[in-house]
Amino acid sequence: MTHIVTEHPYFGIFVLFVLTFVAFSATLNLQRFISRKLARLDTEKLKMSIYECGPEVTKQPNTISVQFYLIALLFILFDVEIIFMFPWAVDFKALGWFGLVEMILFILLLAIGFLYAWKKGALEWHSIK
Amino acid sequence: MDALVIGTIIKVVLVLLVVSALAGFGTYIERKVLAFMQRRLGPAHVGPFGLLQIAADGIKLFTKEDIIPQNANKFIFSLAPVITAATAFIALSAVPLFPTFIIPESLPLIGGAIVPSVIADVNIGILFVLGMMAAGLYGPLLAGMAQANKWGILGSARTAIQFLSYEVVTGLSVLAPIMLVGSLSLIDFNNAQIGGVGSWIIWQQPIAFVLFLIAGFAETNRTPFDLLEHEAEIISGYVTEYSGLRWGMFFIGEYSNMFTISILAAVIFCGGYGDIGFIPGWLALLLKVVFFFFLMLWVRASWPHIRPDQLMWLCWKVLMPLAVINIVITGIVVMI
Repeated sequence: MTHIVTEHPYFGIFVLFVLTFVAFSATLNLQRFISRKLARLDTEKLKMSIYECGPEVTKQPNTISVQFYLIALLFILFDVEIIFMFPWAVDFKALGWFGLVEMILFILLLAIGFLYAWKKGALEWHSIK
Repeated sequence: MDALVIGTIIKVVLVLLVVSALAGFGTYIERKVLAFMQRRLGPAHVGPFGLLQIAADGIKLFTKEDIIPQNANKFIFSLAPVITAATAFIALSAVPLFPTFIIPESLPLIGGAIVPSVIADVNIGILFVLGMMAAGLYGPLLAGMAQANKWGILGSARTAIQFLSYEVVTGLSVLAPIMLVGSLSLIDFNNAQIGGVGSWIIWQQPIAFVLFLIAGFAETNRTPFDLLEHEAEIISGYVTEYSGLRWGMFFIGEYSNMFTISILAAVIFCGGYGDIGFIPGWLALLLKVVFFFFLMLWVRASWPHIRPDQLMWLCWKVLMPLAVINIVITGIVVMI
């Protein structure tokens, strides 16, 4: 139930990191080797082409709606807020009323920005009408 | 090489094997539970109760030809499934999986050794787990971008905004319990709820629990938020061009993420591995995890899934303000 203090607490993570990448890559390479031994290795044009690419294999452009980028921008705003709030929450009882009032002021400032984004329609999806 | 190093390596290998097997077993349980809920039999022919279906699926995935399509970026295309599976497993390294126990003295060589409940006892446990699950986003994102396919790119864009949006809700919902406990370590969370069912954080933070569960469903791509592989709209999303075990890797990652979310919900909100009456701690944790896993399947059998714009509406206009208000109210109540 208690913490076991070690010199290098991140050692287990390092081992898991190395082992997962090595094991999964090795498994995939083994699978590729086995399946290509069993398969008919013809490089027919339609087999190697991507799904629903049309009669001629074309490289389809990586373009997506601007709405996705707006949401990603909003995420940066709020994720920085959360990263700022994590240390505050850990020391919440030590900081007392001062910390709480400061954090409420910070949240209010952020809420103004959030309401601006809301009113500007950053959270609305494109109308299909 | 001291005992800690060897013990850690043994534990890592065990966790890797057990969770991989559990991910396979999870697909079987999912099919069986869904089948019984829809008055079907589910897998029933391969082995007793269809249990060998897992092995049959494994053999099928292993022997299918691994096709890397034309125009795809070959290196990133083959790296993406590994990233998904690996980050899902690395997230498990800071999660307590069983109570700390001592191996009996009677065993040779390893007798008397203390087995810690986590692989890596880091003091930022929750932050590490959430961060690693967020890093898992790179798998679907790179998979969709590398295959040069319009369904893939749409699927990965959807994955990105779904994971990122609900990452905000997950972070905000665990902040209120952190304020109560005053630590980020999951072992401290368990120790704070040692006093039985009455001391569980879920009774003090019911809103945070519901928010965490909803966000957990969205982050593991479960119904009603399974918009990433929606056949009618975007074929298979980011796995459209994948075949064989590379496709299976995404599923192993998804199912082990389901286990991670179940364990997190059990440890943060529902008492972790503390004993409940006569039930020993490890069994209590197992029962809670099985319950949360079953809840995911139950919801899948009961609800239709929602539209992407409803997903964003729910996250940004309902859950996020609710989580912030919950934090402010928790702060004021604790201070008073």
